[in-house]
Amino acid sequence: MTAPFTLPSKHEEAWRYSDLKALEAAMMLPDAADAPVSEALSLRDGETLALPLEISAGRASVSHSIAVAANATATLSESFKGGGWLNPATTIHVGEGASLTHHIGQMRDEAAITTARYDVEVAKNATYRVHIFNTGGQLGRVELDIRIHTGASVDLGGVLLADGTQTIELVTRFHHIAPDATSRQTVRSVANGKATVSYLGKIVISEGSQRIDAEQSSKALLLARTATANAKPELEIYANEVKCAHGATVGELDKRALFYLATRGVDPAEAKALLTEAFVADAIEPIEDEALRDAFTEASAARLREMVRGPQAKGPQAEELQDTGAGA
Amino acid sequence: MLEIKNLHATVEGKEILKGLSLSIKPGEVHAIMGPNGAGKSTLGYTLAGRDGYEVTDGSVEFDGKDLFALEPHERAAAGLFLGLQYPVEIPGVSNLTFLRTALNSQRKLRGEPEVSAADFLRLIREKAKELGLDAEMLKRAVNVGFSGGEKKRNEMVQMAVLSPKLAVLDETDSGLDIDALKVVSQGINAIRGPDRAILLITHYQRLLDYVVPDYVHVLANGRIVKTGDKSLALELEREGYATVAA
Repeated sequence: MTAPFTLPSKHEEAWRYSDLKALEAAMMLPDAADAPVSEALSLRDGETLALPLEISAGRASVSHSIAVAANATATLSESFKGGGWLNPATTIHVGEGASLTHHIGQMRDEAAITTARYDVEVAKNATYRVHIFNTGGQLGRVELDIRIHTGASVDLGGVLLADGTQTIELVTRFHHIAPDATSRQTVRSVANGKATVSYLGKIVISEGSQRIDAEQSSKALLLARTATANAKPELEIYANEVKCAHGATVGELDKRALFYLATRGVDPAEAKALLTEAFVADAIEPIEDEALRDAFTEASAARLREMVRGPQAKGPQAEELQDTGAGA
Repeated sequence: MLEIKNLHATVEGKEILKGLSLSIKPGEVHAIMGPNGAGKSTLGYTLAGRDGYEVTDGSVEFDGKDLFALEPHERAAAGLFLGLQYPVEIPGVSNLTFLRTALNSQRKLRGEPEVSAADFLRLIREKAKELGLDAEMLKRAVNVGFSGGEKKRNEMVQMAVLSPKLAVLDETDSGLDIDALKVVSQGINAIRGPDRAILLITHYQRLLDYVVPDYVHVLANGRIVKTGDKSLALELEREGYATVAA
């Protein structure tokens, strides 16, 4: 299968911070031997769908379409693994009065390229909650276009973690096309080494979409001065009776807090781990499902510990060796 | 226990400590008093190893070891505790997580087994109760939304749990009302013992009504200019630093 993909240019706003070189190289890859098959799936009330997406090498595009029945409550849990270039385009329809909890875990191999696109329609009075953990590969990109209808509510939590020379990005476009809806986005990014994290979040409130309550909070933390964080909030508002709040910050770990932890006996790596875990917690805490929330917390804590301790202490084994050394 | 000899330290290129010497033995309580800008806080930060506090001359031996050969967290594990004048707020990290991580990090460095969650909870609840800190506050983020008095009580809870050999308390009494001062004093007195020592850094003598020191030193212009017993504190209060330190 050939990818329906032409290389974007840096002049396109949504791609200006991306790693196009990595993408260009990925386009030369042969088709993956184990490419997944595109499917049309529907979710009924009470259903949970686990959707693993994995190729070992090469490139693959896949287009799933997922529909959640009206008034149904369902869960969709996606995990991206493996190598090569994975290019999924997914359309999701959350039916009237339905509620979908969607978990996206992008934990692909070191050299992998991921470009995931979602087109989501959130129908009247429906609820869509999406939690994104984006951390794997040379380029890890998740893009969401969400159309929000009357009385609907959308809640997005994103954690972007990048180390080495990774580029990890999240691009969202929230279109409020009808009145009386709410949307909330909380994104926390951490970059180390020479990595780049980017969050481009656009909110469009169309004419006549009154009484919209939209909120966007983006915070990035740089663990090294050589790392980069980009934040681009964009608001286009064509209605007059709306609440639209946004805030974006980029910072470093609080030196006073690090010293405070040191005076209490906490070693620098552990102190950094504690503070970065607390930093990303804002984007994880809103997850209602406890098991999902715990899994998300654990996955990001493990990755953050790897980042602050350096590559020599990847697994628990390496960590134990280090502990023995310190205790001797 | 603590042997400071001819300590010189600079902050941002400016010399603040100019040949400070001080000897503290186990079981003793020392108070360092002095006017603003004398170098009181600098002494605490230099001992604890804060970034930007550079030692240019002199030596400090702590429990027979060269203190400056140790990283800040290693100094804590060796038994040094610095009570901060302005305890730091750490959003998102609960007091329980903070203190349990600290205690176990110290124990690990000393080659001792970690404390179990249950034992730790018992210990911290007991100490919090003794020091009048609401157990509910232990679940909240470190010092976030705490009043000045609550922050100082929290410092005392941390000290009680970590049980240091030497506590250096930097203006732990500042900003406290009389009730909080009594509780904090009680916390300090509780860790007094033949194997421990306390260095109180303070501006006013009122704390010394409750925690009676063995020695009082006057710090002025980066060095200790006068040493006496607790009556020196009263003299200072009466006549002012300018007269006594002259």
